Amino acid sequence: MVPISYYLVLSAVLFGLGVVGFVFKRNIITIFMSIELMLNAVNLAFVAFSRSMDHLHGQVFVFFVIIVAAAEAAVGLAIVILIARNRESLNVERVNLLKL
Amino acid sequence: MSAELLLFFVFAALAVLGAVSLIVQRHPIHSALSLIVVMVALAALYLLLGAEFIAAIQIIVYAGAIMVLFVFVIMVLNAGEEERTNLSRMARYVGVPLSILLTAQLAWWMMRATSGHSNGAPLHPTDTRGLARLLFSDFVFTFELTAILILVAMLGAVVLARRET
Repeated sequence: MVPISYYLVLSAVLFGLGVVGFVFKRNIITIFMSIELMLNAVNLAFVAFSRSMDHLHGQVFVFFVIIVAAAEAAVGLAIVILIARNRESLNVERVNLLKL
Repeated sequence: MSAELLLFFVFAALAVLGAVSLIVQRHPIHSALSLIVVMVALAALYLLLGAEFIAAIQIIVYAGAIMVLFVFVIMVLNAGEEERTNLSRMARYVGVPLSILLTAQLAWWMMRATSGHSNGAPLHPTDTRGLARLLFSDFVFTFELTAILILVAMLGAVVLARRET
């Protein structure tokens, strides 16, 4: 039997790596993938809690998170295509209209 | 060490390695492939946790649909290697320790808060039926709302990505 805290620590580590990727990567697509990694880490915590409390609501929540992630990926990648077309680069440092 | 624990460690290591590789790789397509490794490892962990349905949609929706979309966009945009920019001094000396601190804090508090919890009941094979029952009774309104969300997202993606004429 794997203790539930192992899953939660793994989830925390994956979330932290997602944050690191989000902060340090320069490519907008990779930043987007880091967000997906964070969503996955949270899903793992949900499923682990759902198992530990013997309650299916956690899994229902994961189902909805996956649906929302799919919608987010569709819209987000459309925005990425727009940015790439307008800036002719995928580097987020070129997206600086709001910078002083 | 039981087989379950061994499997957990194998897939956990795979997931962490994939996540590290996602950050370290410079080419976006390599990052995307690393993310697929993470997702498949997580699907295996869901199976270990007895969530068969979630494991299935993890593979089908995440590793299948979403990642194909990512790879497709990388291909369409012909994304090359990430430009090498110097990390600012702030990022190197403040950002790296702070992100390690964040991860350690998260892991530590989750460990502390749940060390006394039970591991729950053993696997029962009727989980998926219970999930379906919940989805179509208690959560039916939310379920219908997500249908609208998907429709709006689809329209939004088409409108955003279309070329102005």
